[in-house]
This record gives sequence, structure tokens and C-alpha cells, in this order.
Amino acid sequence: MLNISGIQEGFVLDHIKAGTSLSIYHYLKLDKLDCCVAIIKNAKSQKMGKKDMIKVECPIDKLDLDILGFIDHNITVNIIKGNQIVEKRSLRLPKEIKNVIRCKNPRCISSIEQELDQIFVLTDEKKEVYRCKYCEEKYERKN
Amino acid sequence: MRHLMSPLDLSVEELDKLLTLANDIEKNPGKYAHACEGKKLATCFYEPSTRTRLSFESAMINLGGSVIGFSSADSSSAAKGESVSDTIRVISCFADICAMRHPKEGAPLVASQHSSIPVINAGDGGHQHPTQTLTDLLTIRSLKGRLDHLKIGLCGDLKFGRTVHSLINALIRYPGIEFVLISPNELRVPEYIREDVLIANHIPFVEVERLEDAIPDLDILYMTRVQKERFFNEEDYIRMKDFYILDKAKMELAKKDMLVLHPLPRVNEISVEVDNDPRAVYFKQVQYGVYVRMALILTLLEIEV
Repeated sequence: MLNISGIQEGFVLDHIKAGTSLSIYHYLKLDKLDCCVAIIKNAKSQKMGKKDMIKVECPIDKLDLDILGFIDHNITVNIIKGNQIVEKRSLRLPKEIKNVIRCKNPRCISSIEQELDQIFVLTDEKKEVYRCKYCEEKYERKN
Repeated sequence: MRHLMSPLDLSVEELDKLLTLANDIEKNPGKYAHACEGKKLATCFYEPSTRTRLSFESAMINLGGSVIGFSSADSSSAAKGESVSDTIRVISCFADICAMRHPKEGAPLVASQHSSIPVINAGDGGHQHPTQTLTDLLTIRSLKGRLDHLKIGLCGDLKFGRTVHSLINALIRYPGIEFVLISPNELRVPEYIREDVLIANHIPFVEVERLEDAIPDLDILYMTRVQKERFFNEEDYIRMKDFYILDKAKMELAKKDMLVLHPLPRVNEISVEVDNDPRAVYFKQVQYGVYVRMALILTLLEIEV
């Protein structure tokens, strides 16, 4: 197995569904961070067969991890400080998602209004339903 | 400062207060004739809707206020590409309250976020039209004396009819409400209304195809238009079109105190021979629309008389 050294302070995102780490890289806007990021694809996993992992070396308040709950709440978030796991954070569905997904309803005001934030609101936690704040159109996940 | 985007923005208690105020306006119009003197309503209509606009304007004039506005996007700065958020900032300098109609869903919400005056959603695409729902509720409460323990038939295009969806959402907050959903198979209520609203809230309802079968038990019949182009084929349209036309013969099957409502405009789904039946209240409904808009303007401007 590929060996990537430990990190001093940051996150290890584990149990990412194989093949989806790059989209998570973009959702978390890691491309905009000036820090060390390792993406591991198709690592062997007893639980999942194959999995992806992301290791990020950065101060722990730098990232908004809430969005991970929306993308895949099975991801394990390990918070590292001084080379040790200090917390395993469980993920919850965020109440609101801002500028991550776009409303696909062509009749929605967000399709024409300049610089309007794309906001989705969690309307049914059980069924994991997000609706556009403006037109209430349901967000359909691709899967 | 409050806005009105959806009928559910008002709690049952607030709604009750608003409808009571509307009834007082109906009984004592003189008392309210100068309530909005010196105030201006801006009717910002980005698409034409003469009926709704005139109802709002009439409401403000009845309250002694004045009206400014535009009645289509062509005659507004939207034609030059101005955003809704900029337009409302400008309108806020001219008027005290704004009623906005817009073809894009959510436009009045965007306006409310940038406005320094109350914004009323006067219809945003196929999304919400709260003052129509308030009108329907006031009509039912005034003429039936209650909004609870009613069997309500909703007839016609239940798939695309936003007035029907709004009315269902508003009425399920009252106890003892039952629905009979009368429509062709193609135009049944959408799944999210059936599953997330009716079933999730344990509201009794049945779905039927023929108005005649449903009409004898109803307390309220809410009619909407079935448009030919909504059908998948001509054959079905011909087979079913008469199911959804209310005429004298069908009215004979109904209870003596059933009420017939319609958001209007009507095309041919209610035969004109029904108009003189005292149970046909769709023109009274228009009058209630003015009273409820007057009550809403007073409430949002926080004017007490």
C-alpha cells in the first residue's frame, strides 16, 4: 500500500466512496487553500472494498466540514493535532447549503438574478430533502 | 417589518386575526376609508395580471391611500436589465408597501431581502400566490362560518394548479378537514402533495375521476379549469371533458348549502346557468379578495384603526 506520512495538524477524511474524492476536493474548495493535501484513490478497505481518503494539513478551523454531511454522511472525519487523532467528528446534514449546488429550475429567480447566492434548505431530514430557498424546487441527487 | 411570501407565513392565530379584520372592513368600510391616507402602494407587476393588480389597487384606494406601479416588465427597468434587488431598493424610496408579481419563482423573496418596505408576493410563476389563498379562506370562513370540519372537493387540474396546492397546505392546519380530489388521472395532485402533505399529516382524502360521484357529500367545491393541452391524447379529453364541467344537473346532486368557489378566470368549466344559484359564490369571492388585501395592507403597515 502507498505510504503517506502522518500530519501534524489537520484532517483525515476516511471512508470516502471510491472515485468521489476529487469532487469532495472541489466542494471543500481545497484547491484554494495553500496547504498540503494528499488524495488517495482506491485504497483497500475491509468495510468498503475500495475507498478514497483525503489528508489535509491545515489549522483545524480552516475548513467548513458541514458540507461533507450533505455529500456523504458515511465519511469519517478524523481531526489530527500533534500527530494524533484528537476527535472523530460525526457528520450531520447541514441545515443550509450555500453556493455548492445550483437550482436547475429554469423558472427560478436564481437563474437570472445577478450575484444571487444559491441557497438550499434542508426541509426533510429523514428523507434528506433539500429545496431551493427561492422556488422550493427539490434538489435531485445524481447517484 | 414583515413580508408575505406564502400563506403559511401567517400562523393560524395571525390568519384568524387577519380574516376577522377583513370581516370588520366588510361591515364598516367607512371606518377604514382614511386609514392609509398619505401612504403609497407600489404594484410591481413584471407580467400582466389585471385582476390581481386591480384588486390590490382597489384595496389601497378603499383605505384612502394612493397607488403607483407598472403592469409589465416592458414598461419597467427590468427591460434594461435591472435586477429585482436593485428595483426594490429604488421602489422602497417611492412607496410604503409593495405588491410584486413576477414570472420567476422566488423573485418576491429576493425583493424582500433587500427591501425597506413590506413586500407582498402577488404571484411568482407557478410557485405561490398567497393572497389568492387568503381570499379563498376568507370566502369559506365568511360564508360557512368556519374553516374546520369541512369536506372540500377540489376539481379539475390538480397537478399544475398552484391555487389548489396552496389551499390544501393552508387548510390542513384546521381540524376535521377532508379532501375529495376530482381530476383526470393525468392531472392528479403531484406526489409531494399526496405523500408529504396529505399522507404525512394523516389528512383523509380520496381521489376520484368524476365530479358527479363526489359532489353529493361536499361542503365546498373548488373548481379549476382543465385545459385541453394538458391531456396526453384527444380521445381522453373528449371522454372526460364533461366530467369537469359544473352545470345545473350536477348542482342538483349537491347539498343545499354547498359552496362553489373558483379562482377565476372561468372559461367553460362552470356553465353560466349555475351563476344565479345562491351556492355559486365565485363573484363574491372576488369581493372578499379586496377585503382581505385591505386587511393585509393594514396588518403589514401596522396601522390600527
